[in-house]
Amino acid sequence: MLNIDDLKVSLEEEEKQIIKGLSLSIKPGEVHAIMGPNGSGKSTLSSVLAGKDGYIVDSGTVNFEGSDLLEAEVEERAALGIFMAFQYPIEIPGVGNMNFLRTALNSQRKTRGQEELNAADFLKLVRGIAKDLEISDEMMKRPINVGASGGEKKRNEILQMCLLEPRFVILDETDSGLDVDAMKLVSKGVNNFSSSSRSFLVITHYQRLLNYIVPDFVHIMVDGRIVKTGDKTLALHVEETGYKDFLQLGKGKH
Amino acid sequence: MTDNYEVRDVIDRETLSTVKSVGDTYKYGFSTDIETEYAPLGLNEDIVKLISKKNNEPMWMLDWRLKAFNRWKKLKQPDWALLKIPEIDFQDQYYYARPANMKEKPKSLDEVDPKLLETYSKLGIPLTEQKKLAGVIEEKHEDKSENRKVAVDAVFDSVSVGTTFKEELKSAGVIFCSISEAIKEYPDLVKKYLGSVVPISDNFFACLNAAVFSDGSFVYIPKGVRCPMELSTYFRINAENTGQFERTLIIADDNSYVSYLEGCTAPQRDESQLHAAVVELVILDDAEIKYSTVQNWFPGDENGVGGIYNFVTKRADCRGRNSKVMWTQVETGSAITWKYPSCVLKGDNSSGEFYSIAITNNMQQADTGTKMIHLGKNTNSRIVSKGISAGKAQNTYRGLVQIGGRSQNSRNFTQCDSLLIGNKCGAHTVPYIEVNNSSARAEHEATTSKVDEDQLFYCMQRGIGEEDAVALIVNGFCKEVLQALPMEFAMEAQKLVAISLEGSVG
Ligand SMILES: Nc1ncnc2c1ncn2[C@@H]1O[C@H](COP(=O)(O)OP(=O)(O)OP(=O)(O)O)[C@@H](O)[C@H]1O
Ligand SMILES: [Mg+2]
Repeated sequence: MLNIDDLKVSLEEEEKQIIKGLSLSIKPGEVHAIMGPNGSGKSTLSSVLAGKDGYIVDSGTVNFEGSDLLEAEVEERAALGIFMAFQYPIEIPGVGNMNFLRTALNSQRKTRGQEELNAADFLKLVRGIAKDLEISDEMMKRPINVGASGGEKKRNEILQMCLLEPRFVILDETDSGLDVDAMKLVSKGVNNFSSSSRSFLVITHYQRLLNYIVPDFVHIMVDGRIVKTGDKTLALHVEETGYKDFLQLGKGKH
Repeated sequence: MTDNYEVRDVIDRETLSTVKSVGDTYKYGFSTDIETEYAPLGLNEDIVKLISKKNNEPMWMLDWRLKAFNRWKKLKQPDWALLKIPEIDFQDQYYYARPANMKEKPKSLDEVDPKLLETYSKLGIPLTEQKKLAGVIEEKHEDKSENRKVAVDAVFDSVSVGTTFKEELKSAGVIFCSISEAIKEYPDLVKKYLGSVVPISDNFFACLNAAVFSDGSFVYIPKGVRCPMELSTYFRINAENTGQFERTLIIADDNSYVSYLEGCTAPQRDESQLHAAVVELVILDDAEIKYSTVQNWFPGDENGVGGIYNFVTKRADCRGRNSKVMWTQVETGSAITWKYPSCVLKGDNSSGEFYSIAITNNMQQADTGTKMIHLGKNTNSRIVSKGISAGKAQNTYRGLVQIGGRSQNSRNFTQCDSLLIGNKCGAHTVPYIEVNNSSARAEHEATTSKVDEDQLFYCMQRGIGEEDAVALIVNGFCKEVLQALPMEFAMEAQKLVAISLEGSVG
């Protein structure tokens, strides 16, 4: 589904390489977790996959279902089925959640040549998802993420995911800021949503999340590279001993 | 459940699809090929007399015009606004144009030239009497607005072509007609109030208007009457090289209420055209007027060629105790906008509100704002201004808040936000605050921001294209003002916000 091959990415503003030769291959239905110290480049990788401005791809390729992902516009990638749950969801004053969601959904449908969803069907759909995630009607009426707590924002991201039905999902620290109950709720949302044709890239600092969303692979990212790949037990190891065993691996490759 | 947000939601959706469907930036740019009768070029006493004669005016009206014209000759065009105004040759304009077959005023809409009706229906304004002004929302939310009616007066170039729902309004005691008709039919009311809010020599452009105004709308709401429907006027400039000078006078007698809408469009032409209007509102004890404008005159092309020069004097006189006025304006058109709808709060406990969205793109310039003059006790005013600039446009908010010595316990709140799209445009805020009373208070908040890259990325990651994302964010920025508009106009206004920003990104 997604193939990243020896990707190197620098910042546009300053001459600084953040992703320093990263390869990763994800097949349909797989769940991959990425762990790594602060500043190792996890969010940068997500942003580059989603197509955010401000980065220069120095070399390497990213292939999504047979096409060159790096060529596509941000909104085209979204319509292809790439979804990124933001580490820090953005607030947009004055733009109601409902309006935003409907615009997003119908924009994607339009891009894909599907018919737009009418107001009634849309409302039914959103209400169902919101109910499962225990997001109140009152919350849905607010402007996007404005005045929402950290946990509420994260839940909103999952709601958007469920509504837009992407095929490749990046969860960037979606567990950070969630209380235990919310974490269970979010994980349930993700698990219900997962299928043999959907893949996930789960970025997290805590092994705890991976008890709920069980990964097929765990990657350790240090200084812009994946330095170690293993199964879910690797996350347990990190939890116990931290990253000290891996830091050297990152430096060694210079 | 039919909460407000669902309704708004539908509006927004329509906005975006409309934006997509409109290829051309200015969709009202067509002109109607209709035989037009002009007064001779230029301005002199004979032209003033001619206009008066064309309207079959009584002598007192002509005298009033001539007085204005003589004053105007001595006045100088103001230059204090932050506007680069090309020199206007007032002798190189036509001051009167009307469709040739309107020599005899049509007695009913059936007699109006079908071409004219077609023009208005192309603009989305049905002049036939029907329930809806804009059909979209009503169809989906019949429960709410089944009985919404809007009476329309349409002004084409210099003359009113017809007013709808006259009979129904009449039975409620409401007078809604063209001002030329009012001068003949209701001279006492006109004499009493015309020029009482904006005097003849108030300013250069108002004075010019007083001399040459050709038509406009007149509204009188009698004591104790709540106008049974929204009233609206659509102004359309069609003829080339012709100034439009309309004059609107609205009187809300004691304990009455009216909501009035005003819309404007003009064809796309290379020559700039002059528009100098005057609007006077008189509000007596316990009465209320809501006045909403969607101004979408042709803005000129992206290089600044053509477009309407819009010089407008609008003022509300809150004469009565507890009187209320609310101005709401969405200014997206015109090459130049010079406009400061004002509130004179004379009556004790009177209140004035001003909600404004001013969008300038490409080479457009706007210098707009309001004046709140507090004279009575316990008067309140509120100003919410949202200025958006894109392209190489310049956008200035200019506002005066004046609280007089006898205006005890009066309050003003001003919120003035500017949003920039790109880095070649400018936004300026020029507030004047004069408080001469220790028990009074004026608060002023101002912000300037850029369309946020992270917000754009967030929208686009969810699949929304860049232009739609900008429209969404800008509509969010303007929300407070959009919500102040009557529903039909809110929809229209959102579309306009999106359309007028087309091409501003990427
Ligand atoms: N736009 C930017 N401008 C400047 N520095 C940046 C930018 N984007 C990323 N960086 C830098 O790149 C490095 C990687 O950042 P990134 O956000 O990808 O880390 P992360 O692995 O997600 O960290 P965390 O675990 O704290 O979320 C950091 O040193 C960060 O400061
Ligand atoms: Mg991060």
